[in-house]
Amino acid sequence: MSELLVQEKEVVIPGQILAKGMDFLPAHGTFREEDNIISSMVGLVNLNGRLIKIIPLTGPYIPRRDDVVIGKVVDIGPWGWRVDIRWAYQAMLSLKDATQEFIERGTDLTQFYNIGDILMVRIVNVSGSKVIDLGMKGPGLRKLTEGRMIQITPSKVPRLIGKQGSMITMIKEKTETRILVGQNGNVWISGLDPIKEKVAVDAIDIIDKESQSEGLTDSIEKYLNDKLGIKKEKKVEEKKEEVKEEKESKKKEK
Amino acid sequence: MKSHVHTLAEKGFRLDNRKFDEYRPVKVEYSPLENAEGSARVTMGKTVVLAGVKMEVGTPFPDTPDDGVLMVNSELLPLANPDFESGPPSIEAIELSRVVDRGIRESGTIDTKKLCIKKGEKVWMVLLDIYPMNDDGNLFDAAALAGIAALQDAKLPEYKDEKVDYTKKTSKGIPLSKVPVECTVVKIDNHLFIDPSREEEKAADARLTIATIGKQLCAMQKGGDQALTDKEIEEMVDLAVKKTEELRKLLKK
Repeated sequence: MSELLVQEKEVVIPGQILAKGMDFLPAHGTFREEDNIISSMVGLVNLNGRLIKIIPLTGPYIPRRDDVVIGKVVDIGPWGWRVDIRWAYQAMLSLKDATQEFIERGTDLTQFYNIGDILMVRIVNVSGSKVIDLGMKGPGLRKLTEGRMIQITPSKVPRLIGKQGSMITMIKEKTETRILVGQNGNVWISGLDPIKEKVAVDAIDIIDKESQSEGLTDSIEKYLNDKLGIKKEKKVEEKKEEVKEEKESKKKEK
Repeated sequence: MKSHVHTLAEKGFRLDNRKFDEYRPVKVEYSPLENAEGSARVTMGKTVVLAGVKMEVGTPFPDTPDDGVLMVNSELLPLANPDFESGPPSIEAIELSRVVDRGIRESGTIDTKKLCIKKGEKVWMVLLDIYPMNDDGNLFDAAALAGIAALQDAKLPEYKDEKVDYTKKTSKGIPLSKVPVECTVVKIDNHLFIDPSREEEKAADARLTIATIGKQLCAMQKGGDQALTDKEIEEMVDLAVKKTEELRKLLKK
């Protein structure tokens, strides 16, 4: 006698009974009390066979091993660097994991990374005492210069990336910017054209705010086309025609 | 982030694509607080500042026996910005309240003589409290605007038999003759910015807050660790006079 009381993607609040009976299993964000499965978070219901899971609407980033995150250097010590990765405990980048080079005793560490620098790092280890070890060995892990960092809700990172990176690739291509997304919700954006860069920032803000709505990829695409199309009309007359042609050819395709 | 502000400035852009001399959308709301004698909320982009006026009857200072008293106080709550700490007022909080205070005081907008009830014994004391609710830069301009708006909004409570009845508001307001408005100009490399956001404030080399009444200057405060040349200060003043005129239009007469 099991009964499911919610639907897929429904927004639930803590304490809400999601299902009755023993046929369902509580997963992330839910717990069992006698026969009932109860939500412990505000979020969207995700059903996977018998499992009931909540995808939280908001919440802190919880570090996991091998996550690639973007953080800011907050302290330098003889052991290495301390990095803020939006987690309540400390994250350490130790000397041995920081560079391939040999660092001699007594070297000024600021010549590698200074306080305030933004780094793309990998979480090497999450110890039991909540101290996190970071590493810089791996492709694409480096100090980030020339660009800006914005923050989104960590639980919305998968939405920003989209299925097989569809969303982020679209934003990158349309705005001609380089975008790096850390699992902790820090996003690095750098573009050659400041106007397009701002459009990318705004688009990411919209995704952060409206992540739960359906058909977000399409509405973001429309938003980008609108914004960039208008800009092009203003700037160069020739480009306007190109855009029109593009639109027409797209219509034909449809 | 800091270097990005500089690179963009070199290209003639700002982080949010504003012009160098452009304010974010500014909104002034009157009387958001019920229990204060007067209050105002100013929104400047994402920056929100709340100001409230309380009136008290107290003894005047011995050197000015027939003058009312103005006291400006501000507190930077951790609610507004994660960098703010709770506890005793920080240097920034004191500077903010002092700059707002100076703008209002030095413009001579409050006719303090009219706030006197009995010479040497009883005067009205105007307590202006500034509370930033959200700090996305440029607290100075927002706080000064909220401060003067709250003063405009204030109504004296009823005073009878040496007692103040806060439940009854009279129709009498605080006697104001002018409208001081402040404008902060920051210098980043060789560019002058108006209404800096939080990131721009961090990247700024120097800043100058200018309080004006019409075309007249009444107070100034310099901040940041770089020097300003005469020419730059003149440019900043011209800019501030122009921009405060725009802000003044948002206030009621």
